[in-house]
Amino acid sequence: MNTDMPASPQTIFTETEISKHKRWTENVMRIFFLVMTSLMILPLLLIVGYLFYKSLPVLSLEFLFTNPKDNMRAGGLWAPFLGTIYLVVVSLLVSAPIGVFAAVYLNEYARESWFTRIMNLAVVNLAGVPSIVHALFGVGAFVLFAGLGESILAASLTLAIMTLPVIIASTTEALKAVPMSFREACWNLGATRWQTIRRIVIPNSISGILTGVILQVSRAAGETAPIMFTGAVFYKNIAEGNLFAYNITEQCMALSLHLFTISTQVPDVSEGVPYGTAVVLVGSVLLVNAAAIVLRVYLRTRKRW
Amino acid sequence: MKSNNQNGSQNPAVIEVADLKVRYGDKSALKGVSFDVYRNEILGIIGPAQSGKTTLLKVINRTLEFTPDTTVEGSVRLDGEDISTIGDVYGLRRRIGMVQPLPVGLPLSIYDNVAFAPRTAGVRSKSELDETVERCLQQAALWEEVKDRLSTLGTKLSGGQQQRLTIARALSHQPDILCLDEFSIAVDPITTMRIEDVLKTLQTEMTILLVTNLVQQAKRLANRTAFFLNGDLIEIDATDIIFSENPSEQATYDYVNGTFG
Repeated sequence: MNTDMPASPQTIFTETEISKHKRWTENVMRIFFLVMTSLMILPLLLIVGYLFYKSLPVLSLEFLFTNPKDNMRAGGLWAPFLGTIYLVVVSLLVSAPIGVFAAVYLNEYARESWFTRIMNLAVVNLAGVPSIVHALFGVGAFVLFAGLGESILAASLTLAIMTLPVIIASTTEALKAVPMSFREACWNLGATRWQTIRRIVIPNSISGILTGVILQVSRAAGETAPIMFTGAVFYKNIAEGNLFAYNITEQCMALSLHLFTISTQVPDVSEGVPYGTAVVLVGSVLLVNAAAIVLRVYLRTRKRW
Repeated sequence: MKSNNQNGSQNPAVIEVADLKVRYGDKSALKGVSFDVYRNEILGIIGPAQSGKTTLLKVINRTLEFTPDTTVEGSVRLDGEDISTIGDVYGLRRRIGMVQPLPVGLPLSIYDNVAFAPRTAGVRSKSELDETVERCLQQAALWEEVKDRLSTLGTKLSGGQQQRLTIARALSHQPDILCLDEFSIAVDPITTMRIEDVLKTLQTEMTILLVTNLVQQAKRLANRTAFFLNGDLIEIDATDIIFSENPSEQATYDYVNGTFG
């Protein structure tokens, strides 16, 4: 069979100049993108590796659970570590519900109007405001006007204002990923908007929503400017090992500010301490991000369409 | 326009559409159409894209309200009641079963797909839901294929099965009217035939609006057929007459016989 085929397989599959050139371009582009990707990972590995190496002498559980001592030249991180946890948790308790519900309103209920256009414009622009501007707003609005004084509450609210637009944006993306046809099918069945949101939209976008919120943990933990004038303090002595050692109407220490202080303001700090502080800060952020990834992978395996 | 139909006209009108105009922004989708749909008939609705067929269905169950920037004039009456002033819009939607062109299995189990509408309407009794699920899947000719795996995801079924699931779901709230919008687009010919048989059986219990791009499907199933073109109702008449050598309008003849334009 096939004896009278017009062209033999050999002639069809012989490489031409054009296909050679295509193959060459394909390889070059692949290597180019690979190099770019590696360039992105390299600094991260170097930073983490260097910090870890430099901080080896001080790293221990004791370092995490004791307060700084000798005018912050030695000792551990308990007060700033717990302070950062307080700031992050309180700020997300405020910004996550407001952000998620605002995004649900904008995406599921609101019709296109001047109001929604202004809201969307505000979200985009607020996300681009420098953190020092948020700090000044926090001083004016929360510390002075609302009379909260310099406190964990004022600092957390400032961080909440900073993370809010990003949470709205990421939640909107997650909601948009649920196909419109699902909503239409529900409406056709006589479901209200709320029934549609509760039974179909939220269950199928919750992984994206949570990921967006969790990623804001690292931002809230890492920022120094917004908390400097609103509630974070250079030094505060608290009970070691007590999770409730802070009162949210009072000031607290924070890892990011602590790192800044001991690196620039305090003379003769033993070398390992700033590096140890950085490792704890970066380490906790990476840990939280890893949790976000695990959660996303888990929820993706349950993806239902 | 005449409607000297032997099957439909002796039955009372279920839907009365009068001078219905719909605009999306400043673009006209329906330009003043009037017609009645009679109880227990299958009304075929044919016409090319952009002729307003889907818009018509969305007006009837008032889901057009979810599309921004639309204006509706004229009236649609369901059993004599003007739908625009109906109090319970969700109840209205449950009186109308809607099947969309592409099968949409909700990301829920097969059971939950069919139980969705009864549950949103407040049915909680397990035995009642069980009974509804079995009845609807039976009616949609899907029961035998899925009865042993009701807890698997509706979205994991094949396209043809999902479309029958959609029909089962549309029947779950016991509608008086079933609207099908080009249901056979994503369905193989065998499944299409099975669904057509299902529709013939359902006709005894409800009124069916069948929007279709397959004119032969309208010819096979519909008692009467309406031909829409660019937002106008060109002609509505007994299917025999629409598909005969001499319908009232030349455009109808051209479209039905594929010599359009």
